[in-house]
Amino acid sequence: MFADWPLLSLVIWTPILGGLAVLSANSESQKTVARRLALLFSILTFVLTIPLYTAFDTSTAAMQFVEGPIAWIPRFNIYYNLGVDGIAMPLILLTSFMTVLVVLAGWEVIKERVAQYMAAFLIMEGLMIGVFASLDAALFYVFWEAMLIPMFLIIGIWGGPRRVYATMKFFIYTFFGSVFMLVALLYLHFQTGSFLIADFQNYPMGMTPQLLIFLAFLIAFAVKVPMWPVHTWLPDAHVEAPTGGSVILAAIMLKLGAYGFLRFSLPITPDASQELDWLMISLSLIAVVYVGFVALAQEDMKKLIAYSSIAHMGFVTLGFFIAWRIFDNTGGLEGAVMGIEGGIVQMVSHGFISGAMFLCVGVMYDRMHSRQISDYGGVVNTMPIFAAFMVLFSMANTGLPGTSGFVGEFMVILSSFKANFWFAFLAATTLILGAAYTLWMVKRVIFGDVANERVAALEDINKREFLILGILAVAVLLLGLWPAPLLQVMEATVNNLLHHMMQSKL
Amino acid sequence: MQTIYLLIVLAPLLGAVLAGVFGRQLDRTAAHWVTSLGVGISCLLSLYVFKHIVIDGAASFNGTVYTWMISDGVHFEIGFLIDKLSAMMMVVVSFVSLMVHIYTIGYMRDDPGYKRFFSYISLFTFAMLMLVMSNNFMQLFFGWEAVGLISYLLIGFWYKKETAIYANLKAFLVNRVGDFGFLLGIAAVLMYFGTLDYAQVFSNASILNDQTIDIIGGQSWSVATLICILLFIGAMGKSAQVPLHVWLPDSMEGPTPISALIHAATMVTAGIFMVARMSPLFELSETALTFVMVIGATTALFMGLLGLVQNDIKRVIAYSTLSQLGYMTVALGASAYAAGIFHLMTHAFFKALLFLAAGSVIIAMHHEQDMRKMGGLRKYMPITWFTSLMGSLALIGTPGFSGFFSKDSIIEAVGQSSLPGSTYAYVAVVLSVFVTALYTFRMYFLVFHGKERMDEHTRAHLRESPLVVTLPLIGLAIPSVVIGYFFVGSMAFGHFFGDAIFVLPQHDVLAKLSHEYHGPGAMMLHSILTLPFWLALSGVVTAWYLYIKRTDIPETLCRRWSFVYHIMLDKFGFDRFNEIFFAGGGRVLGKILWKVGDVFLIDMLVVNGSAYTMGWFSGMMRRIQTGYLYTYAFAMIIGLMALLAIFVL
Repeated sequence: MFADWPLLSLVIWTPILGGLAVLSANSESQKTVARRLALLFSILTFVLTIPLYTAFDTSTAAMQFVEGPIAWIPRFNIYYNLGVDGIAMPLILLTSFMTVLVVLAGWEVIKERVAQYMAAFLIMEGLMIGVFASLDAALFYVFWEAMLIPMFLIIGIWGGPRRVYATMKFFIYTFFGSVFMLVALLYLHFQTGSFLIADFQNYPMGMTPQLLIFLAFLIAFAVKVPMWPVHTWLPDAHVEAPTGGSVILAAIMLKLGAYGFLRFSLPITPDASQELDWLMISLSLIAVVYVGFVALAQEDMKKLIAYSSIAHMGFVTLGFFIAWRIFDNTGGLEGAVMGIEGGIVQMVSHGFISGAMFLCVGVMYDRMHSRQISDYGGVVNTMPIFAAFMVLFSMANTGLPGTSGFVGEFMVILSSFKANFWFAFLAATTLILGAAYTLWMVKRVIFGDVANERVAALEDINKREFLILGILAVAVLLLGLWPAPLLQVMEATVNNLLHHMMQSKL
Repeated sequence: MQTIYLLIVLAPLLGAVLAGVFGRQLDRTAAHWVTSLGVGISCLLSLYVFKHIVIDGAASFNGTVYTWMISDGVHFEIGFLIDKLSAMMMVVVSFVSLMVHIYTIGYMRDDPGYKRFFSYISLFTFAMLMLVMSNNFMQLFFGWEAVGLISYLLIGFWYKKETAIYANLKAFLVNRVGDFGFLLGIAAVLMYFGTLDYAQVFSNASILNDQTIDIIGGQSWSVATLICILLFIGAMGKSAQVPLHVWLPDSMEGPTPISALIHAATMVTAGIFMVARMSPLFELSETALTFVMVIGATTALFMGLLGLVQNDIKRVIAYSTLSQLGYMTVALGASAYAAGIFHLMTHAFFKALLFLAAGSVIIAMHHEQDMRKMGGLRKYMPITWFTSLMGSLALIGTPGFSGFFSKDSIIEAVGQSSLPGSTYAYVAVVLSVFVTALYTFRMYFLVFHGKERMDEHTRAHLRESPLVVTLPLIGLAIPSVVIGYFFVGSMAFGHFFGDAIFVLPQHDVLAKLSHEYHGPGAMMLHSILTLPFWLALSGVVTAWYLYIKRTDIPETLCRRWSFVYHIMLDKFGFDRFNEIFFAGGGRVLGKILWKVGDVFLIDMLVVNGSAYTMGWFSGMMRRIQTGYLYTYAFAMIIGLMALLAIFVL
C-alpha cells in the first residue's frame, strides 16, 4: 500500500515543516503547545518510518522507496534523488525513534525557549534522515552541512558554562573535515559528470586519485565518528550539550561518519581502502584500547560516556575494514560480511545504549546539577527504580550478552580473529576495560551508602522518565535477545557492498 | 520433550520476573512462593529428565529453540543439548537451588531486600540452567556471563557495605579477564570449524590435528592447544583457579545462601562443566591438559593452605571451595573428566551444606562470623552440628561418605596419568588431603566444640534455627553422605556419561582404574591401606590436638613462623599485586594517556595550538594593513625594486 507513497520525502520534510510550525508557538504562554506539537510531529515521523521496515524487501540490495531523480540544479546535474538500502533504513528508524525520546526528555527540563529547542531537534531529525536517504552526493552534502546548524545552536544556546568553546571546537572540527569531502565530491563530479553516488561507485580510478579521495573522505568521516586522534571535540561537546543534544550527538550523529565509510569510502575507493586498511585497523584498535584507558581516568560522567562512545565506535570501523586482512590470512572471505554487519549492529546498538546512558546522566543532572562522579554515591538508596535502569544500561555498555551491546562486539571480535589473532585480542580487551570504567562509575555513583544530603534528597524518576528509560530498556533487550530481524534487513545490502569492495577499480 | 525442557528454564525465569518486576504488587510471602514454586517445578522436571535420559537410557536430545541470528551464513542459535552430562547438572542445579530457596525464607526473613533476593536467585537458576543445557558455544557464553551478572548483583546485594560493592566489582572484572580468553577461544572455534554448534564441532574435532597458527613472530602454535588454553582461561575465571581465584574469597561479602548456591555448588563449577563438555577438544592437546592439571594442582594445594589461617567461618569454606575446585581441575587435566564431574556433584551437596550450616551458625551468633568468638555450639544447635559434621566428614574424604569416592577417584586417576607435570599434581593433591582435613576440623572444633568464647548476651540467645533453615540442611546432608556410594561405580568407573564425554584410549586413566574397581565396599576397604586415608586422619587428629587439647600451640606457631604466617595472611600477595599493578596501573595509565595524549598533545598543541597560531598570524597580517597611504606606497616601491633587481640581475 505504501509502494507509491513518497515515504522518504515525507519522513524528511514532516519534521522539518513540523519544526517550523513549532517555532511559531514561541511566546511565553505557548510552551505547552510547543511541546505537544513537537511530540506530535516526532511521533508522526516515527510512524511514517515504520512502513520503511514493514514494506522493505530484504531479498535485494537495490535502493528501495526510490524518489526522483527530480532535477534540482540541472546545470550541474544535481538531482533530488532519494532511496534507502538495508544499511540506511535501520539508521533512519533509529533516528526517528530517538527523536521521540529526546522530545520527551526535554519536556519539563527545558524551560527557556522551548519552541526553539524543540524545533531545532525536529529540523535536525529531518536533515539527518536526509543524509541517510540521499542518493545524490550534492544533496547528501547539503544535508550533511545543514545538520551542523541546529546542533551548533543546541549546544551554543542550551549548553553548559563552557558552551562557546565547545561549540566552536565542534563546528570547526567537523567543518574542517567536511571541506575535504567537498573537494573529493567535486573531483568525482568533474570526472564523472554526475553527482549520483552510484555513478561514483562505478567509476574506475587509478591508485593515486583513489588514495587522495580516500584520505579526503577519511578526514571528514573520522572527525564525525570520531576516530582517534581527531576525537577530542566529542568529550567537550558532550559535556556542554544539554541532555537531548548529547543523546542525538551520540546516538545518531556519530553514526553518520560510519555511514559515510560504507556509502563513500569503501565502494568508491576500494583499492585505496585495501591499501590503507592497516591505518584504519590501527586507529580502530587505538580507539578501543587507548580510549578505554582514558575513560577509566574520567571524573565527569558525561566525559566518561563520551570516551566510552569513542571506544565503542572503534568496533564499527574495525569491522568495516577487516575484510582484506581476512582474505590475506585465510584465502577466503568468510567472516568479512560478519565484520561489516557487526559494525552496523554496533551502530544501532550504540545508538540505544549511549542515548540511554546520557539520558540517565541527564536524570541525575536535572536533580543535582552536577556531573562529577565524586558528588554522588549511594543513589540506589533514594532512586531504586532509576538505579535498576542505570545498572541495566551500564551492563549493556559493557557488552553483556542478552543486551544489544553484546551483538556487534561479538560479531566484530569473531570476524577479526579470522584476520589476525592480535586484532581480536586487542579488540576483546574491551571486555575488561569496558567493564572497568563503566562499573567503577556505577560503584561510585549508584552503590554505597548515601554520600551526602543532596543525594539523600533525591526523588526517584517520574512517569515520563520511566517511560523513556523503559522504552530504551525494551529496545536494548529486544535487540540483544533477537537480533535476527536486523541482520536479515541488511544481509543483501552488505553482501553487495562486499562484492563492490572486492572488485578492483584499477 | 522440548516443552519440558522449555518449562524447566522458563519456570524460574517467570518466578524471577514476577518477584522482581512486579515486586510491588506482591507481598513477601507471594514472592517466595512464586520463585520457590518455579524452581520446584524445575527440580521435579529435571528429576524426570534424569530418569528419562539416564535411567531409562533414552537418546539424548539436541534441538533448536529459536534462531538468534544468521550472519555470513553462520547460524547462531538458542537450543538445548540434553544428554547424561546435562541431565545430571540440571538435577544438581535445580535441587541445590530449591534447597537454597527454602533456606532463604528463614535466613533473609528480616531483610528489606527480601523480594529482590528471591528474584535474583531465581534468575540465577534460569541462567545456570541455560548454561548447562546449551547446545552451542554462544549460548554457553550467554549463560556464562549471565550467571556472572547475577553473582555481581548478589555479592553487592547489601549495597551500602563498602566491602560488598568493592568485592562485586572485583568479582566481575576478574571474571571478565577469564571471559576475555573464553571469547577469543570461541572466536577460534568459529574460525576453524565454521560453526558454534557442539555436535558439529565435536564430530569434526580431528580437523584440528596438525593445524598451526602463528602468534608471535613465526612461532607456530598448535591450534588445538591455543583453543583449549583460551577456553580454559574462561574456566579459570569462573571456577576461580590461580591466578584468577582472587575474587572468590571476597565474594563472601554476599549473603550466605548465595555463597552456598553460586559460589560453591553451581556457578563456580561452570568452568569444570565446560571443560568436561569440551573434552573432545581438550583431548587433542596434551599441552593444554598439562596446563590444566598444573593450574588445578596449584590451586588445590596452595588455596587449601590459606584456609588454615582464616578466622572468618565463611572464608575458610571459601578457600576450601577453591581447593576443591582445584581437585576437579586436576581431574580434568588428567583426562579423568568423569571423576571431575563426579566430584563436582558430591561437592555441590556437601559444600552447599557446609555453607548453609555456617549461615545457620551465623544467624544464631547474631551475624558474628569470627570463629574465635564461637565454640561449644554443639549443644545449642544439634541439627546444625550434626549436619555440619556430616558435611565435614564428606569434605575430608572419610571412607563411605560421598566426598571420599569422588576425591579418591581423582587422586588415583592423577596417579595413573603419564602427562608431564602429573607427578607434581599427584604430590599436590595428596598433600592437600592433610590440609583439607586440618582446616575443616579446625573450623569444626572451633565452632562446635571447646570453650564457649562468645559474650554473655549472645550465649543467652543461642538456639537452633527454625525449620525452614534446618530442613534444607537435612535435605543436603542425605546426599552428602550417601550419593557417592551409589554413583561411584557408574560415574567414575563406568559409562555413566556415555558419549557426552570423550577420552582418547591412551589418556583414559579411569578405564585403567576400572579394572581394579570391585565395588564401593572394596574401594573403602582398600583405601585404609593408602596414604590419603592416613593423611586425612592425621589432619583431624592434628586439628583436635591444636584446637581442643593444646589451644596455646597455634599462637606459638604463628609467632615462631611469623614470616610464613604473614605470607599466608597476605594470601601470597595476589591481592596486593593486583591492586597495585592492575588496578593502580590501569588508573595511572588512563590518567597519563588522558592528560598527556588527549589534553596536552592533541588539544593543547595541535587543536588550540593551531587556533593560536592562526590568531597570531592574522594579528601579524593585520598590522601590515595600517590604512596609511605612505605605508602602501612604500611597500609598492620596495616590491618594484625587488622585482627589477631579480629581472635585471
